[in-house]
Amino acid sequence: MTSAPFPTGPIHAVSGTAVAVRGDDIDTDRIIPARFLKCVTFSALGPAAFADDRAELGGQHPFDQRAHQGASLLVVNRNFGCGSSREHAPQALMRWGIRAVIGESFAEIFFGNCLALGIPCLSVDHDVALAVQAAIEADPALTLHADLETLELVGAQGQVWPFTMAAGPWQMLRSGQWDATGQLLANGAGLAATVARLPYLQAFSTVV
Amino acid sequence: MSSATLYDKVWDLHRVAELPGGSTQLFIGLHLIHEVTSPQAFAALNDLGLPVAHPERTVATVDHIVPTTSQARPFADPLAEQMLATLEVNCAEHGITLHGLGSGRQGIVHVIAPELGLTQPGMTVACGDSHTSTHGAFGAIAFGIGTSQVRDVLASQSLAMGKLKVRRLWVEGQLGPGVYAKDLVLHVIRTLGVKGGVGYAYEFAGPAIDALSMEERMTLCNMAIEGGARCGYVNPDQSTFDYLQGRPFAPAGEAWERAVAWWTSLASGADAVFDDEVRFDAAAIAPTVTWGITPGQGIGVDETVPTLDQTEPDERPLAQEAYRYMDLQPGAPIAGTPVDVCFIGSCTNGRLSDLQAAAAVARGRRVATGIKAFVVPGSEQVAAAAEAEGLDQIFREAGFEWREPGCSMCLAMNPDRLEGRQISASSSNRNFKGRQGSATGRTLLMSPAMVAAAAIAGQVTDVRTLLP
Ligand code: SF4
Repeated sequence: MTSAPFPTGPIHAVSGTAVAVRGDDIDTDRIIPARFLKCVTFSALGPAAFADDRAELGGQHPFDQRAHQGASLLVVNRNFGCGSSREHAPQALMRWGIRAVIGESFAEIFFGNCLALGIPCLSVDHDVALAVQAAIEADPALTLHADLETLELVGAQGQVWPFTMAAGPWQMLRSGQWDATGQLLANGAGLAATVARLPYLQAFSTVV
Repeated sequence: MSSATLYDKVWDLHRVAELPGGSTQLFIGLHLIHEVTSPQAFAALNDLGLPVAHPERTVATVDHIVPTTSQARPFADPLAEQMLATLEVNCAEHGITLHGLGSGRQGIVHVIAPELGLTQPGMTVACGDSHTSTHGAFGAIAFGIGTSQVRDVLASQSLAMGKLKVRRLWVEGQLGPGVYAKDLVLHVIRTLGVKGGVGYAYEFAGPAIDALSMEERMTLCNMAIEGGARCGYVNPDQSTFDYLQGRPFAPAGEAWERAVAWWTSLASGADAVFDDEVRFDAAAIAPTVTWGITPGQGIGVDETVPTLDQTEPDERPLAQEAYRYMDLQPGAPIAGTPVDVCFIGSCTNGRLSDLQAAAAVARGRRVATGIKAFVVPGSEQVAAAAEAEGLDQIFREAGFEWREPGCSMCLAMNPDRLEGRQISASSSNRNFKGRQGSATGRTLLMSPAMVAAAAIAGQVTDVRTLLP
């Protein structure tokens, strides 16, 4: 299995084949079960994505199906990534090969963790999610192109589905500033001023 | 838009700058780290050649992977040993205080920071762990973060954040005997759903909240995240100050008086505006038990597992999945459900008052035959305090195992785990599939007193029938 390199710089689009994982409220314990958290690097997490669900389905899970190997887009339903704050979840998906997640809604921390890795989480309506999932399942070789400029998901058979994304993350991805560290460090004076005014950092002597 | 709430005041004070992407740079007053979500963050920092900006504002402990039978080093599990050793090296290299095993201060991160007086009103608190919301009990704005954000806090003591809306959960009346903060929060999540709080901070207020002890408030805020709220908080009051006074890292002397004045000023006032409000009646809440695979699938112990007809249409697929996984019958009473394992502990319910409530049920009784029951104190301090009043003896005499502090079977990253299809009565916070270490293991969430009752009866039991 070869996958695209990890994201760097501005992200304008994500293209490739896709894999659908159906169901609402798929939590981070299912994306990466807790026993795989016992590691000091993320590098080996890819094969463990959805480990328990896959074992339960004995090879029938979409992540095990031959036709979906190499997929770059993951299409899900409501409240994907709920549960724990573990970044291991998006890390496992990214290392399996996922470069964008399309779904009806995402848990907030999961969305933020994905953003910090340069993995866009794109929101679609319920009907669109079902339509995209059906299209992928009907034709696993179908190539999709998620265009962040036009906010459209374009299928190679001429399908066009709209998606949405909040303005802030949308700009961050397109400008390449989705990795926040640099921006945060740039405000040295602002940080110093905040330290100077916070009562609990000044023995409460700044309280008026 | 909310205004003049504690959340708004703390947010404004910690706001460093508005960032190009539309988010806000927020200063983090207290950063807590542990062995699971920090190693990759330190590695990233080292790759970038960056120092830790404020090592004195980060505090470490070890909790998730520690064994609870013997904590002698090296651990039997080489991966667990490697994680702790990595944390020790990272803390030493960057000048960060680590409250390690045997220090007298080690424990679950959300238990030790409050008991050391590190968590204080008006702070922003972040930790690479979703139950960081616990610290909101003190009137702090506290939330879980991912590993990239742990790196950001280490590098800059700040985070890029979006502001939340504020919903007030007003709780009238008083909880009845045998009904605890755990039941209250399970009831809230059952009512508003596991996604009900998405986009919100929860302010818990009203007569029932005022009457809660600090430890109960921690239980409540701990599970705000299970209701979808990134953080939950209670306004600071005399209970807060009484709890903090004299703790090792709490202000002392003249600073104490100034601190109390400031803390008092932070509470949401009469002029506070909320984005939303939901009201509850504490007196109407029964001991609550989950029957499904999300914390929202809860019912009163005197109720029956909801049938599909009693379930909202969009919740039905999840209900069906839960029937299958849990092997519980829709329409059957939850009381009387046999259990295999009983676990008392976790950052939700591993504090002294939790152990006291469970011990009151266990005292003079015996764990039912064939049940594995164990108690894991939330910290070394909790363990010492419990032992000083003889709680360990009460538990042992009743047939419970008394363990060393750690996260234990809350998420089973250590040797404590369910096996096969075992079903647990658990005082922890998550009943997700596979959460307690077996891919087919099942979890019933409830209060520590209810877990003790289940251990005695060998089945889910209304603790109110066993109260002294
Ligand atoms: S006790 Fe459970 S929820 Fe709490 S910090 Fe440990 S693993 Fe997380």
